Amino acid sequence: MSATAESVQERRAALKGLGTSRKRVEDARFTQGKGNYVDDIKLPDMLFGDFVRSQHAHARVKSIDTSAAMELPGVIAVLTAKDLEPLNLHWMPTLAGDKQMVLADGKVLFQGQEIAFVIAEDRYIAADAVDLVKVEFEELPVLVDPFKAELPDAPILREDIADEKEGAHGARRHPNHIFTWEQGDKAATESVLSEADVVAEEMVYYHRTHPCPMETCGSVASMDKVNGKLTLWGTFQAPHVVRTVASLLSGIAEHNIRVVSPDIGGGFGNKVGVYPGYVCSIVASIVTGKPVKWVEDRMENLSATAFARDYWMQGKIAATKDGKITGLWCHTTADHGAFDACADPTKYPAGFMSICTGSYDIPTAYLAVDGIYTNKAPGGVAYRCSFRVTEAAYFIERMIEVLAIKLNMDAAELRAKNFIRKDQFPYQSALGWEYDSGDYHTAWEKALESVGYSKLREEQAQRVEDFKAGKTRKLMGIGLCHFTEIVGAGPVKNCDILGMGMFDSCEIRIHPTGSALARLGTISQGQGHATTFAQILATEIGISADDITIEEGDTDTAPYGLGTYGSRSTPVAGAATAMAGRKIRAKAQMIAAYLLEVHDNDIEWEVDRFVVKGAPEKFKTMKEIAYASYNQAIPGVEPGLEAVSYYDPPNMTYPFGAYVCVMDVDVDTGVSDIRQFYALDDCGTRINPMIIEGQVHGGLTEALAIALGQEIAYDELGNIKTGTLMDFFIPTSWETPNYETDFTETPSPHHPIGAKGVGESPNVGGVPAFSNAINDAFRAFGLTHTHMPHDHWRIWKTANELGLHADS
Amino acid sequence: MITGNFEYHQPGSIPEAVALLSKLGDDARVIAGGHSLIPTMKLRLAMPEHLIDLQAVKELKKISVSGGEICIGAMTTQAELIASDELHKAAPIVRETSLQIADPQVRYMGTIGGNVANGDPGNDMPALMQCLNANFTLSGPDGERTVNAREFYEAAYFTARDDLEILTEIRFPTCTGGYAYEKQKRKIGDYATAAAAVLLTKSGDSCESASIALTNLADTPVYCEEASQQLVSNGLGDDSVKSAVASAMGQIDPVDDNRGPAEFKRHAAAIILRKAIQQAWARA
Repeated sequence: MSATAESVQERRAALKGLGTSRKRVEDARFTQGKGNYVDDIKLPDMLFGDFVRSQHAHARVKSIDTSAAMELPGVIAVLTAKDLEPLNLHWMPTLAGDKQMVLADGKVLFQGQEIAFVIAEDRYIAADAVDLVKVEFEELPVLVDPFKAELPDAPILREDIADEKEGAHGARRHPNHIFTWEQGDKAATESVLSEADVVAEEMVYYHRTHPCPMETCGSVASMDKVNGKLTLWGTFQAPHVVRTVASLLSGIAEHNIRVVSPDIGGGFGNKVGVYPGYVCSIVASIVTGKPVKWVEDRMENLSATAFARDYWMQGKIAATKDGKITGLWCHTTADHGAFDACADPTKYPAGFMSICTGSYDIPTAYLAVDGIYTNKAPGGVAYRCSFRVTEAAYFIERMIEVLAIKLNMDAAELRAKNFIRKDQFPYQSALGWEYDSGDYHTAWEKALESVGYSKLREEQAQRVEDFKAGKTRKLMGIGLCHFTEIVGAGPVKNCDILGMGMFDSCEIRIHPTGSALARLGTISQGQGHATTFAQILATEIGISADDITIEEGDTDTAPYGLGTYGSRSTPVAGAATAMAGRKIRAKAQMIAAYLLEVHDNDIEWEVDRFVVKGAPEKFKTMKEIAYASYNQAIPGVEPGLEAVSYYDPPNMTYPFGAYVCVMDVDVDTGVSDIRQFYALDDCGTRINPMIIEGQVHGGLTEALAIALGQEIAYDELGNIKTGTLMDFFIPTSWETPNYETDFTETPSPHHPIGAKGVGESPNVGGVPAFSNAINDAFRAFGLTHTHMPHDHWRIWKTANELGLHADS
Repeated sequence: MITGNFEYHQPGSIPEAVALLSKLGDDARVIAGGHSLIPTMKLRLAMPEHLIDLQAVKELKKISVSGGEICIGAMTTQAELIASDELHKAAPIVRETSLQIADPQVRYMGTIGGNVANGDPGNDMPALMQCLNANFTLSGPDGERTVNAREFYEAAYFTARDDLEILTEIRFPTCTGGYAYEKQKRKIGDYATAAAAVLLTKSGDSCESASIALTNLADTPVYCEEASQQLVSNGLGDDSVKSAVASAMGQIDPVDDNRGPAEFKRHAAAIILRKAIQQAWARA
């Protein structure tokens, strides 16, 4: 034996491959303030754009007077819809098959809508000029409640398509109605409901919120009129798709457009959409021949670029007396705002909401979603979740609790009774998905044991007694959640965006001295791709992760990919990385066999080298092979060592997890205090446990924000009430509790390395866990369900309505 | 989020600042830490043509304790209030309150003078100053005058300060006895949903003196004289505290906002005030 067991281990450790808690290579520049974000880009003669926006939620634009703005020294131009119309750019297509005004074309449909684009020599002049543009409005009745959209006196919002009976997703029954999307068996589900022992019903509202990344959206467009090439830097989660869309919109050939996503300061879905600011910066650069920068401010980000959620989910869940679920029915009213700009795969206008049967073996189910126009900002993006998966998980995890109350049963026991069993995978769900793998019972038992579940319930019962006896004013809530996600969109056969199949890609180049460059079609916004993709590759090709550079985000160099959102990077691009690595290894095997003067089949791979079977002292390391590939003429083998893989996933992946949240809730002040949060995640094969833990912490904190206070609220006139960070809740370290993380590891059977994706699990599972804890605190006093966000006054109101303030 | 254009002035002394303000009049605003004014300017809700920045006026940055009186210069930051051990010994409620204002970054910039002079009912210092029975020194073209904090606030953003005056210093007696500043807020950095400042002194089991003031529960800070008097007259028994709280609640006039409806704020304010009274009594 040439290699002792220990030295194999040492060599493996030196690779820093799969399973290593390798420190993030990105952090050196971020922690030193050396990142390069869109607003850091400064080009000679660069101009700045700024928007005149609507203060009204619904109004006709009678006139726009730009003369005073144009007179301000330093103002170059003011664009309105009239200027864009000859280019056919006053409207643009949305990702959801609708169209959206780039600049107000005759009317405005939400507060904050873009009306005119001022271009000036600096951003200060631009801001002054915005103030000088005079817009004359005629106010129109405002529609903010989607349930009033189809009433006889409802204002018609989209006059441009009022008469169209057919939309991008089928029949429209009213001018304010966008689509109806149905999944499952309606008749069978209704029959199960009518014959069931028990049916629990509830309206579950997942309120409108916003991804609110630390960096807002922006772009810099630079049209080189000499060579005809447009370069566009921007906050794009999908740069290649942006290039294709920009080409289709502008008529500039795709090879003449270069789209670059530089460092991105968080995306969370907000940077998937295509926004008027991007289009206007491009047009402005074409018009002026100079680079034009547009960067929105925080209020613009919260009020105009894509929101998330806003789903009213009416649910019915049927079960036998002893708690076996027999059917699930859901009707969702989806508030899409003024334009349908949801970011979903084309065939899924409600995303993967049909994962709403959750972790449970529910034989019969039916889902219908009605998309509705209102006078609110467009969006509907997947805020740190796969498409509408957090809505689905929240719905089913609330319905389980509601059913447990109806059955007078423990909610943990009810879940365990209905989980899909390990032996049922791959599992075909009633709403059409094939769950790849899972072991829910093991995860659930581990979670309950870790938190001491039965003791917690005893303590809670005692607390209720103490409360009733006047010894305390604090109740205790135990929030349970077992979620199943569907991520990694997705198979080209059923997933595309604007016709582009949702594959992803990786291109690897091994350098002569045995280091490597890998380029991917995705783009990190903080996920740590430069760290983790190098780890995948290190394990596949036996080169240390430290010697592998990962590049993303420049469409001139990176292979085409659909980008980063919906936890798709690891399931899709991560798979492409592994597959490209395997191509490298296959070629390396031929080279090694030649160098070792044996047949290809007589050598085998061992960590970082090919070894002759039965003669372990004879081997060639990947480093030696790489060198040989560049300096030896090997018969039948091309020089060099490169590979590319475009990976079309055979299925989605289905990460899952078991979360428990324990809270104390003060019934008088409405203040909630999270005393324990346990999060067990099963994301299949774990690439970098430290990054997973960081992802879980971040996602849970966003979940906490959403559940406990974060919302985009409008008043009855369509004025946004939460347009600044004073009122839009972003937790600080002070509001963030300690999290305990844990895991089980059930690999995906169809993914090359068995990984499933994790970035979004904690948001998907966290929201129901926090919300269930609040609801559970009041269960002993007759509460079935109360809506999020559970901020102080709403908790107080719940307690008040339950009569808990009678004696105080 | 970009301000309108303005001229920037940096006077080096109080007379110079007062003279500038007299000269520029209505078109000028005095800026201290800027944490209320600058956001308002960025929203273009305020568009002053001149900003008179007081940061170079050295005599406005001071904390002194002598002869039973504390004197704090208007440009003293909240961070400096927190850091001063001398002040903490003389009036510990000031540190307790300051630590509940916004976050450390804001407190490095935010000043006591700006906080009390702006007249924002959300600010924490005005109620504290009423509780402490503080006097504000105002310097104007006609010289100096003093206004008591309990007489200073007229309505939201309206105070007894004349437009041509600058609030230069704050004086209040050193504290003995128990103290508490209790604040309910949605998160760090937020204004109060309800907050209460309480000072109590004890003589044996009876309450010798009491002072109560409330934050963000009306369009001005609310000094609760009757409630304070009730504690002195009736002591700190459950019934007495209950009726003092009820009396204080009779003085508040909260409004509905994103922190919740007025009804909730009334309820929370009563809880917060009771907590503050109990805490102050426990420390007395």
